[in-house]
Amino acid sequence: MKKILYVFMLLLFAVGLVACSDSDAQGSENVSNETQENDANSKEENRNANASEDDFFILATTTSTQDSGLLDVLVPMFEEETGYQVKTIAVGTGKALDMGKNGEADALLTHAPASEQELVDGGQAINYQLVMHNDFVIVGPKADPLGIKELDSLKDVFTTFASSEEGIFVSRGDDSGTHKMELSLWELAGVEIPTGQTYQETGSGMGDTLKVADQKAGYTMTDRATYLALQSEMDLEIVFEGADELFNIYHVMQVNPELNDKIKAEPAETFVDFMIREDVQEVIREFGKEKYGQPLFFPDAN
Amino acid sequence: MDYIVEGILEAIRLLITGDPEIYQITWLTLKVSGIATLISLLIGVPSGLVLAWVQFPGRKIIMSIVNMAMGFPPVVVGLWVFILLARNGPLGFMELLFTPTAIIIAQAIIASPVIMGLTAAAMMSIDKEMRYQVKALGASKLQGIWLLLKEARFSILAAIIAGFGAVISEVGASMMVGGNIKGYTRVLTTATVMETSKGNTALAIGISVILLTITYLITSGLTALQQRGGQNR
Repeated sequence: MKKILYVFMLLLFAVGLVACSDSDAQGSENVSNETQENDANSKEENRNANASEDDFFILATTTSTQDSGLLDVLVPMFEEETGYQVKTIAVGTGKALDMGKNGEADALLTHAPASEQELVDGGQAINYQLVMHNDFVIVGPKADPLGIKELDSLKDVFTTFASSEEGIFVSRGDDSGTHKMELSLWELAGVEIPTGQTYQETGSGMGDTLKVADQKAGYTMTDRATYLALQSEMDLEIVFEGADELFNIYHVMQVNPELNDKIKAEPAETFVDFMIREDVQEVIREFGKEKYGQPLFFPDAN
Repeated sequence: MDYIVEGILEAIRLLITGDPEIYQITWLTLKVSGIATLISLLIGVPSGLVLAWVQFPGRKIIMSIVNMAMGFPPVVVGLWVFILLARNGPLGFMELLFTPTAIIIAQAIIASPVIMGLTAAAMMSIDKEMRYQVKALGASKLQGIWLLLKEARFSILAAIIAGFGAVISEVGASMMVGGNIKGYTRVLTTATVMETSKGNTALAIGISVILLTITYLITSGLTALQQRGGQNR
């Protein structure tokens, strides 16, 4: 029995040692010396072999850029090219902007121009650049019980949602860019947000919210990119699109390095420049065309 | 229905083809949760012993706090570790937020009370007579503790299993303090959440099957150890 205990403790200890050495190194971002134990890792890590201690930065962004797969294309491209490592934190735009405001992130990629402007005015965000847009669409069950497809104006759509006894509108309810946009549309229509069963807030990302809407046969507002990415899994279809108010505009910006001394200004600036560069804009234009037959984002930087 | 079958096939494909990303995520998950359990073991067992055997003022209150902490919701731990480690937080200078180390810290906070509480309970259940007997037989203090630990080994292994199970299956804290960063802090649970919301249900099922499999393999290893000890008695 004693032996077994010893062996067990040794094993645990060994795992601990290997892992400790690794996690220590990760503090300094340069994980490339640790590749011996795992070949699978080596590719990922070698790529950043030349990166030094401070060559990483935190990018706080919205879930739609991650859920649509756009960042899976752009981030590796950027890392390969510059040797910087991007730590992508995909959260709602509200949280992302909050991280920027508090200096917890180094660069932001978000889509709530009005809220972003507050950061720019407040001096917390600098190097504020227009990147791209896509649009929001209203999706709902194929049967369309509220007859939204028949309506011509966004105002009518939201008035119908507000006044009907049946039919569920599923809201993000998470202070994200999409949520902020939705709130502004109720206001635009001049109606109160319904209370009770017809209005349900998920407090989750776009993908999850779409699934809730799908399962409950409800309506929701979504960015086109996320909808297209999930379309094949759901029975929801677009019931309203094309209004000017439904523009979804993405900006990239740096967090002001004066907020605190840990903010990584240089990699963040490089990332902003990268996002608005001609060839990267072209990648954004092409993204998704092959898979969905239409682009998911439209580049806007000159 | 199709996607369930698809998911299971996906899991098999991931395992056989050795998808490097999945291997990396699995390995990181094992490392992070393994170290967290080890740290919790080092904290939990000695303090559990003290709690069980040493009479000191406030012991009952501490015991009740430990028992409460055994059920700490991971997201609450995640939130507080986030606040502590944030750049503006008291430990911000260490720049640990969104690193694997941050996940280890959060998970160790989750698992330590579990191991501490269960160890204390196990030690208290040992007969007082036996403790006197060990002393009477002339065992030194350390020898005595070792003997009694051996006596309680089943319960302590159960405590380790419970602690490990709590952290490897935990998602809230890992998401908050790790940030689910690709190739760096993405673990099996956070990858499952992300792939689900991305709509890659088959891949999510695949990852979850891998998580279940490794959790089972490890706990069954620990169980075998526990049972084998039983036969040797």
